[in-house]
Amino acid sequence: MKILVAVKRVADPDNLNKIKLSGQGAVDVSALEPKANPYDEYALETALRLTENGTNPKQRLGEVTVVTLAPKTSEQMLRAMLGTGADRAIRVDAADDELDGGLVARALKAIVDSEKPDLVLLGYQQTEHESCEVGAMLAEQLGWPQATFAGSIKSEADKALVVGREVDGATAFVRLSLPGVVTVIDKIVHPKSVQSSTTPPTHAYQDGVRFAALMAIMAAKKKPLIETKLSDLVPEPSKRALRVRYTRAVLAPARSAGVKVKTVKELVAKLRTEAKVL
Amino acid sequence: MSRTLVVAELQGEVVRNATYSAITLAKRLNGPFAIVAFGSRSRAAAEALVSYGAEKVLIVDDAAVDQYVCERYAPSIATITRNGGFDTVVVTATAFGKDLAPRLAARLDAGYAADISAVEVTDGKRTYCRPIYAGNAYAWLEIDSPIHVVSVRQTEFAPAQPSGAKSTVDVVPLAPSEPAGARIEFIRAEVGKSERPDLGEARVVVSGGRALKEQFSQVLEPLADALGAAIGASRAACDAGFAPPELQVGQTGRTVAPQLYFAIGISGAIQHIAGMKGSKVIVAINKDPDAPIFQIADYGLVQDLFVAVPELVKELRG
Ligand SMILES: Cc1cc2nc3c(=O)[nH]c(=O)nc-3n(C[C@H](O)[C@H](O)[C@H](O)COP(=O)(O)OP(=O)(O)OC[C@H]3O[C@@H](n4cnc5c(N)ncnc54)[C@H](O)[C@@H]3O)c2cc1C
Ligand SMILES: Nc1ncnc2c1ncn2[C@@H]1O[C@H](COP(=O)(O)O)[C@@H](O)[C@H]1O
Repeated sequence: MKILVAVKRVADPDNLNKIKLSGQGAVDVSALEPKANPYDEYALETALRLTENGTNPKQRLGEVTVVTLAPKTSEQMLRAMLGTGADRAIRVDAADDELDGGLVARALKAIVDSEKPDLVLLGYQQTEHESCEVGAMLAEQLGWPQATFAGSIKSEADKALVVGREVDGATAFVRLSLPGVVTVIDKIVHPKSVQSSTTPPTHAYQDGVRFAALMAIMAAKKKPLIETKLSDLVPEPSKRALRVRYTRAVLAPARSAGVKVKTVKELVAKLRTEAKVL
Repeated sequence: MSRTLVVAELQGEVVRNATYSAITLAKRLNGPFAIVAFGSRSRAAAEALVSYGAEKVLIVDDAAVDQYVCERYAPSIATITRNGGFDTVVVTATAFGKDLAPRLAARLDAGYAADISAVEVTDGKRTYCRPIYAGNAYAWLEIDSPIHVVSVRQTEFAPAQPSGAKSTVDVVPLAPSEPAGARIEFIRAEVGKSERPDLGEARVVVSGGRALKEQFSQVLEPLADALGAAIGASRAACDAGFAPPELQVGQTGRTVAPQLYFAIGISGAIQHIAGMKGSKVIVAINKDPDAPIFQIADYGLVQDLFVAVPELVKELRG
């Protein structure tokens, strides 16, 4: 199976309470460390699991390409992902403010048209704008089926995937005939969430994503990292025009710490008479 | 003037409450609006939907879409939008709407304002507001396309109230199936069964974290019973198997905004707070006085939860 994984670098998702506002009324994340969008790391882990037999992960049974639309500084993230196990990387040179979800999807479509993967995996959302849109937009552009919010995937001979979609307290199982688009949530990296066509159902992975071995990181330096231009992928200027423009931002009013109560009695009294919520 | 189409989210023939928040937004965009519902239960659902001031309720009364499949819905909604001259399509910002809206937007070459918390209209120009960065900022955006697709945060828009005059009901056909629709098949749904109120709509939510261990249910059920509350959980509690996954509250779980939220044995990670900081009153019970959850809690109790919670139950019942 040939899989394309869309990845984006984001400001450290564990420290988003440290964001600031720039003078222009935009969000300033420069104080935060750039990291891979965690859901994209899960998507990469999913891709690797789908292209191996879990009992013998050294033998690759498919090809995984990671792609990002981002400035050159994101190469570090791509190199790390090559070290983790991706076979190739593509970087489309673009700055965040040149992009909206629709344009990311149009550029990814152009890459799919030339790469011809069987499956495109994405995070269900990125942790900055959290628009939760690119996967479904890409699927529509391609005329492919989509399975968003995937918490489990079972491959049926690499021809179809049975996907467990986590939807507001329920799990909806769908069968998607490849090629298709799947977006993943955190549950996808649980030990038994992904079953490739060769992995036995009894196999349990270690919880979470795998880490690159030092040797692999060195070897990854030789793996291909291809660079392209947005205007080559989406040549018509009208299709590069943004449909969505962010004009300003404000910081959310901080919820201030309230009071500490000493006893359960005091808590109940306050909830009854002060907050009046009981 | 604008013409808006609201997509109803049904569960069987019941209209999910989030739909009424979407209708509230439609009413704020000056101009007429219509509502569309899908499936053979849409006729029954229309009986409720006709009372909200819509010009029309459109029903795609076809058993082929009794189960939601995005690839079947999106083409139909796109056709209805174009034929009906609608310039705005509004959906719920639930798993349903967040799956549907972007596909629809791509099909209509429309800008998509996802998960909005407010809208401003000045001189006919609209700006949409939405939370970003795990709710730590709000951003305003404009859309530069003739059609707008919008998904509406249920917690930020009060449900519309019935307004008397009845809308007419029109039957519209399902758009022909396309290759994408033929390549996806709904198999089955597993719904966590619970007698408790739905997490997204409960007035009180009692959430537990990793600290609850195997006693998660044993400790929290009596408290939830005493309060008539829904039970939620942190990801750590779900991942460890102490709580079923559908209870997860936070960035990857449910977004809740009850009148009263209890965070019990939960440290208060950013991803958890993103899903509950809209709660009116937050209570934290944690034995670590420096736990980050206390920075956003209205009432904090520094105690061992295994002592505090049973005492709380007794106090509430007493
Ligand atoms: C991409 C991503 C998405 C995520 N999405 C979510 C999400 O949707 N929801 C979510 O919740 N998390 C999410 N997380 C995880 C999040 O970062 C935290 O790891 C998680 O919320 C921690 O859960 P916890 O508070 O239960 O556990 P811990 O952080 O381990 O906290 C346990 C707390 O219990 C207290 N405690 C221990 N014993 C007792 C006792 N006897 N009495 C009282 N207090 C006690 C401790 O002091 C501690 O504060 C996500 C993480 C990532 C990377
Ligand atoms: N600039 C980008 N480059 C590559 N992939 C992206 C980019 N932006 C978003 N994506 C992908 O789309 C997913 C959903 O992002 P979003 O719809 O923006 O919340 C992400 O998890 C990525 O997989």
